[in-house]
Amino acid sequence: MIKRSHFSSKGLAYLLITPQVLVTLAFFYWPAVQGLVQSLMLSDPFGLKSQFVWFENFQRIFTDPLYLKSIGITLFFSLMTAFISLAVGLFLGSMANRALRAKALLRTLLIWPYAVAPAISGILWLFLLHPSYGVVAYFLREVVGMNWNPVLNGNDALFLVIIASAWKQISYNFVFFMAGLQAIPHSLVEAAAIDGAGPLRRFWVITFPLLSPTIFFLTVMNIIYAFFETFGVIHTVTQGGPGGATNTLVYKVYQDGFIGLNMGASAAQSLVLMALIITITVLQFRYVEKKVQYTM
Amino acid sequence: MMVERTPVLDTLTYVFLLAGICVVGFPIFYALTAATLPLEKVVQVPMPLLPGDQFFVNIGAAWSEGHLGRQLINSFIMASGITFGKITVSMFGAFSIVYFNYRFRQVAFATVFCTLMLPVEVRILPTYEMAANMFGPLQWLIDTLHLGAVVQWFTGNEFEVSLEWSLLNSYTGLILPLVASATCTFLFRQFFLTIPEELCEAAKLDGASAMAFFWRILLPLSTTNIAALVVIEFVYGWNQYLWPLLITTTPEMTTAVIGLKDLIPQADDLPTWNVAMAGALLVMAPPVLVVLLMQRWFVKGLVEREK
Repeated sequence: MIKRSHFSSKGLAYLLITPQVLVTLAFFYWPAVQGLVQSLMLSDPFGLKSQFVWFENFQRIFTDPLYLKSIGITLFFSLMTAFISLAVGLFLGSMANRALRAKALLRTLLIWPYAVAPAISGILWLFLLHPSYGVVAYFLREVVGMNWNPVLNGNDALFLVIIASAWKQISYNFVFFMAGLQAIPHSLVEAAAIDGAGPLRRFWVITFPLLSPTIFFLTVMNIIYAFFETFGVIHTVTQGGPGGATNTLVYKVYQDGFIGLNMGASAAQSLVLMALIITITVLQFRYVEKKVQYTM
Repeated sequence: MMVERTPVLDTLTYVFLLAGICVVGFPIFYALTAATLPLEKVVQVPMPLLPGDQFFVNIGAAWSEGHLGRQLINSFIMASGITFGKITVSMFGAFSIVYFNYRFRQVAFATVFCTLMLPVEVRILPTYEMAANMFGPLQWLIDTLHLGAVVQWFTGNEFEVSLEWSLLNSYTGLILPLVASATCTFLFRQFFLTIPEELCEAAKLDGASAMAFFWRILLPLSTTNIAALVVIEFVYGWNQYLWPLLITTTPEMTTAVIGLKDLIPQADDLPTWNVAMAGALLVMAPPVLVVLLMQRWFVKGLVEREK
């Protein structure tokens, strides 16, 4: 789209768009093409020799039990992180929407974790759940009776990174649910109340379905967050351990490529992630377009 | 919203909200308490929940161990650079796409828009290689076209072209690759499209140039959008992890969020969790303050940005 009334100086137009296009070409397209090429090559760790091997790297990663395990871990980790942060965000959002007084204060008290870096969230929860010094770990051991040790036990470590990742994301979901809830027409809720529907029934029959676009959007955003942005949590807290129990796909790309210097395998893994995120984005846009038509 | 009288549910609402705030706030409360305690108290299990008086001692320890002072400055430069760069680049870009008509307009827009799908995380190594030598593509061109051999044939001398410009361990390297943003450009484009045509027509009638229109009409109209983006991009920039980890190799050039890792007590160290928590609080303070102080713009920006 363009404005009906616009300017005619072509030179200036090109000049204005140049920085954006240059940075995009240099740091998005060139690396993406390089990644594509690398994923089809097999090179020695010193980068001296490389040979074209077609899809051997892909064959290798998909027959590597460690990679398949990492896919499973990532799916579980992402779904749990998304589910916990969405559920808590929706619960607090609807409660805050019901509150008559002190709305601004409530919002203030619930949105600040958005600004905490995932890595720092990881450090805070590492301390809370530390097997020797953590107070929540103490509670789990003494009151719940769990044999809690995220340093040695893979499941405990996975639980720790899930909690740290989900906690930080609650605020993000909370803000969107608050906005979504405020957009629901008051008259619908009132009509249902007159028909005798109680608050809980009104939530499930009216509020929840009307929130479904928000929920869908947030599910996508939370899964993308859990896939990509939680790298900091894993790197500070577990480094993929113990025994690969928290080795998510993005962390594995970093480990294999940057630490292990296995260019081909790392590039192939990057490409798999790229395909995944492109699929998610395209699906999301399709859905958003449908939604727009529906409301119009 | 008052539909009917539900005194029990109303009370429960506040009880649940209070509980929620406590659960969400507990990690920070606990970190704050730990940061005020001396070492012998912080290692008690369970740790006392009454604050001590060692806050500034621990903050000082966190500051001097590691390189937090320097790293906080790096974080600040990186976050401000990304914020300023992103907003400038995308505002000019959107201005060009919306207010000018030229042949490659659609192509430029599509080129930028497609990058929405490519976070740094999916192109770790090649982006690093690009930053390690910005002349990589040029070098590749020279090598494939055998330009060196051509020159050699002309001059008869041994001739090898080797270009190098590395962004590793530099502020440019920390900032530049994160400056291009499809989301910001898209947001400004959407906003510019809602601005009445008459404004531009009037400006043109008055003989204003394109840039005069930009500075005197478009920029003042965009202030709310800019304020919202400043909050979001500052937090985004400050909290970057993977890219600074790749592009910096020395403790002097890395950012505070990454440097914090050195403060975590390992199995054989003294368990100085009080210092680690003091450091964590210090590093998270700037973005948290920005969000709290600019809350109104932040909420507006966050919700509108994702539409």
